[in-house]
Amino acid sequence: MPVLESRGVTKEVSSPDGVLTIIADIHLRVERGESLAITGPSGSGKSTLLAILAGLDTPTRGEVWLEDRPFSRLDEDARAAARAGHVGFVFQSFHLIPSMTAFENVRLPLELIGATDADERVRAALADVGLTDRARYAARSLSGGEQQRVALARAFVARPSVLFADEPTGNLDTASGDRVSTLLFELNRLYGTTLILVTHEASLAQRCNRMAQLVAGRLVESTSAS
Amino acid sequence: MSRMCALRTTMTRVYRRRDLGVLIAAIAVAVAASTTVGMFTDRLQRAIRVESATVLAADLRLESGRGPESLDEPERYARQSGLRTARTTSFTTVIHAGDAGQLATIIATNGDYPLRGELRLSREAYGPAQTSSVLPLPGFAYVDPRIANRLAVTVGDEIRLGAIRLHVAAILTDRPDRGSSMADIAPAILVREGDLSSSGLLGAASRATYVLLVAGDLGAVDRYAQWLKARKASAEKLITVAQSSAQLGSATERAGQFLHLAAVTTVLLAAIALAMASRRYAARRRDEVALLKCLGATRKMIVRRFASEAFISAGLGGALGVVIGIFAQLGLAELALVFTNVSVLPAPGVMPALLGLLTAFFMMAGFGLPPIVELARIPPTRIFREGALPRPLPLLVPAIAAVITLLVVLYLYVRDLKLVFGAGIALGLAALIYALLGLGLTRLLRRLKSNAGHPWRFGAAALARRSRETISQIVAFGLGMTILLLLGVVRTDLMEEWQRALPVDAPNHFLLNIAPSQRESVNAFFSNQGADINFAPWVRARLVSVNDRPLSERMPITERGRAFAEREQNLTISSTLPADNKIVQGRWWPASGPAVPTVSVATEFRDELKLEIGDRLLFDVAGETVAAVVGSVRQVRWDGFRPNFFLVFSPGILEENVGSYLAAVHLSPQARQSLAEFDRQFPTITVLDVEGLLASIRALLDRAAAAVTYVFVFTLLAGIVVLAAGINATADERRYESALLRSFGAARRHVLLVVCAEFMTLGALSGLVAATAAAAIGIFVATHWLNLPWRPHASLWLFSVASGVIGIGFAGVISAWRVSLAPPIRILRGE
Repeated sequence: MPVLESRGVTKEVSSPDGVLTIIADIHLRVERGESLAITGPSGSGKSTLLAILAGLDTPTRGEVWLEDRPFSRLDEDARAAARAGHVGFVFQSFHLIPSMTAFENVRLPLELIGATDADERVRAALADVGLTDRARYAARSLSGGEQQRVALARAFVARPSVLFADEPTGNLDTASGDRVSTLLFELNRLYGTTLILVTHEASLAQRCNRMAQLVAGRLVESTSAS
Repeated sequence: MSRMCALRTTMTRVYRRRDLGVLIAAIAVAVAASTTVGMFTDRLQRAIRVESATVLAADLRLESGRGPESLDEPERYARQSGLRTARTTSFTTVIHAGDAGQLATIIATNGDYPLRGELRLSREAYGPAQTSSVLPLPGFAYVDPRIANRLAVTVGDEIRLGAIRLHVAAILTDRPDRGSSMADIAPAILVREGDLSSSGLLGAASRATYVLLVAGDLGAVDRYAQWLKARKASAEKLITVAQSSAQLGSATERAGQFLHLAAVTTVLLAAIALAMASRRYAARRRDEVALLKCLGATRKMIVRRFASEAFISAGLGGALGVVIGIFAQLGLAELALVFTNVSVLPAPGVMPALLGLLTAFFMMAGFGLPPIVELARIPPTRIFREGALPRPLPLLVPAIAAVITLLVVLYLYVRDLKLVFGAGIALGLAALIYALLGLGLTRLLRRLKSNAGHPWRFGAAALARRSRETISQIVAFGLGMTILLLLGVVRTDLMEEWQRALPVDAPNHFLLNIAPSQRESVNAFFSNQGADINFAPWVRARLVSVNDRPLSERMPITERGRAFAEREQNLTISSTLPADNKIVQGRWWPASGPAVPTVSVATEFRDELKLEIGDRLLFDVAGETVAAVVGSVRQVRWDGFRPNFFLVFSPGILEENVGSYLAAVHLSPQARQSLAEFDRQFPTITVLDVEGLLASIRALLDRAAAAVTYVFVFTLLAGIVVLAAGINATADERRYESALLRSFGAARRHVLLVVCAEFMTLGALSGLVAATAAAAIGIFVATHWLNLPWRPHASLWLFSVASGVIGIGFAGVISAWRVSLAPPIRILRGE
């Protein structure tokens, strides 16, 4: 049984030139523990597809199922609750709350689900990404690589079943990017998380089990990675 | 997570958020301003009330004709309530000195009289007087100068009161409870209660007025008055400070209303600043909300999270504001003591501080919450698409929330539903009109082609580009400026009205019982003293019927109405409309006189007896029947020091019945010396000296005027600070644009000019709409609430636009100045 499935997902928006189709008729099955890389040129609809798969947006047609539930048919708050329980994110621009410490940023998803053992789990997650000594630092004072590692810890701390990563190394130099991507796959393996990764980088995409390519809103290819 | 833990986490977040500091500061300024004005106003009102109480010799008096024992229970309860009490017994009798006799009011009292104010005593009639709080010793009396003059007695001489003999200890020039009514100012002697008992003049069936005087803590007095109102017999009369004198009642009421208006002004200004700060706070939280939504936060969680931050900020800002307010009002009070002759101000109550705190939470709910609730609508996809926003809610939604909150807060401050209702409609209409005007003006600006090389065109076009923001800023700044202008205009009117009501040459002496044959010689006497005297014919008459129907068919239910219907009234005759009178219905008769005998009635008389223009009134004038038709209704200002009448007849009807004249005259201190001679020449004429009362009222008005001015200046300063904070809160987008321009190579001066152009245009637009609305609302406040005639203020528009351009422009440039100093890259990075 797939952990995530999209069935004929299409997204259209209105524009000054009429209705614009961003993605069209996307069928995708992602099995538990699998890693999938979605690649494609800028403007191909990668981010839109990711937003719809993660329940951040709704499709114009078609549907998304998460953990055997019709995810895209839920209302906004129900989708949010489903995300809190099953989904994690890593973004290109980190999206940490600058006024919070690293510890507090990692703790956020646990606060939302009301976890009782939050502090121990946060400490463990920060240890996983090698940032125990930076726990009390404000996010704004950390380097880019450290911020993305905090974001990784935040993404894994609630043990999501699916992790969405949007260009996770896009804002990092090569060394920091390598360290972050290595950590991402290690943690993915360690916790058995399903990973859906959007990236431009072929080397990163090739570390996934599968690759799908979007061209002008259509999924034209889906191959197994090496 | 436990509640305590959640609270601690929220507090930590509040502590770290820099822009919450702006929100806390806005609330602190707001609460500080309203608490300062509220506390200072409270202290001044207490001072004014204590001052006013001197005309009553107490904070309240209970008058009874049922014997001294009828006051025992009220006195016992007053003492149990921690209040001070004193008693007086007064009645009219003849006193003698040698062979001469004189009718006088005897006032017998005990050791605590007067509870408020002081006696004024002199050694000779009409001589220089000094204040004293000492009562005559047993066997002695203080004697009115008119009695001393007519009985030819002086200090040390003996007078006879019933069975006892008393010695004159001093001439009683003035006493605090000598009010403005005819009965109160009759010549009197003041004696000890014990002497009255020995005189044998008062038996069980004697007709006397027994008075209980009560004074003390104002709150306790108010509670006592409530208790008394529910228990006193209908024949007993409870008199409070406001009822004791029309002049004082009116002055203190208007001063109080103005001070309340000032307090409300600070709250309204603060609300505007808070609304602006909240919008900025919410705008800066959008990315965080998008992230939280990605992580699974529901809308309810978002609202709870940010609302808890907002309310904690409200609590912190409110507490800080109260502390600042307490210190600020202390400073203000010190300043008032230095520059005026106000004696030590009483301590303030705790209500203004509690009200300040309550205001912080109410304002946060009404002005802070709507942008926070709107935050919950931020789409989580903003995380991928920077700048993604939900479709904006119509401006009407936050506007309705704001108006409802304002009405609740207004009611908390003024407790006047009429004003709250009027202000609500006015504010709602003003906001709507401002929004429409703002829309029209921004559309006009849109025609300007933006050009970054021309600061004025770029700045003005930027306003049109951000039309939604611009309109809400025009509404906010326009409302703020309107409120300040309004306060200034009403203050000017109030001061002018006080000056007009009590001019320097207001009559300070009234003459009663002038026989028609004495009129010329009285006129000549005062002309020789250089004083102008005005005579009014005085006729006594009783209303018999209306439209040939007996009065029993329309008998009023109020005490005053019954007095109009059953007792003899004082009438006068006049060919011209008296000063302080305004025709509100019908027409005044022509100089040649009306075609039929006509009477003009005061509004009070019309209302009590339900009269209409054209009604035929029949009067009994000394046994003779006189008919007249109601030709007009007058609104009479009873707080001016001029003789006024409920009924004025047209000439040619009652001249034959004029038994005497009433006259009013202003006498200088030198001319007052001639009163002893006047008394000797015209012994049958009663002279009522109201100089003391006039001085009390003038002193009170001076203090009220000083208070009004101080509070106004403070409110103005608070308003400027609050609006400046608001301007700063709107500057984010401008900062970003300025940094962009600088990164493209624009000079610092050029960037400042752009911002200057934008804010000055905004100031001009806000000033324009503010002046229009201030004029319109001012008419309502002055005529419906303060009962003042409205006068147009031509300079209002010019002043308003100029102050908008200068004030908002200046504050905007200050805000941009800092930006122009910082490296643009730091601003573009959002540091």
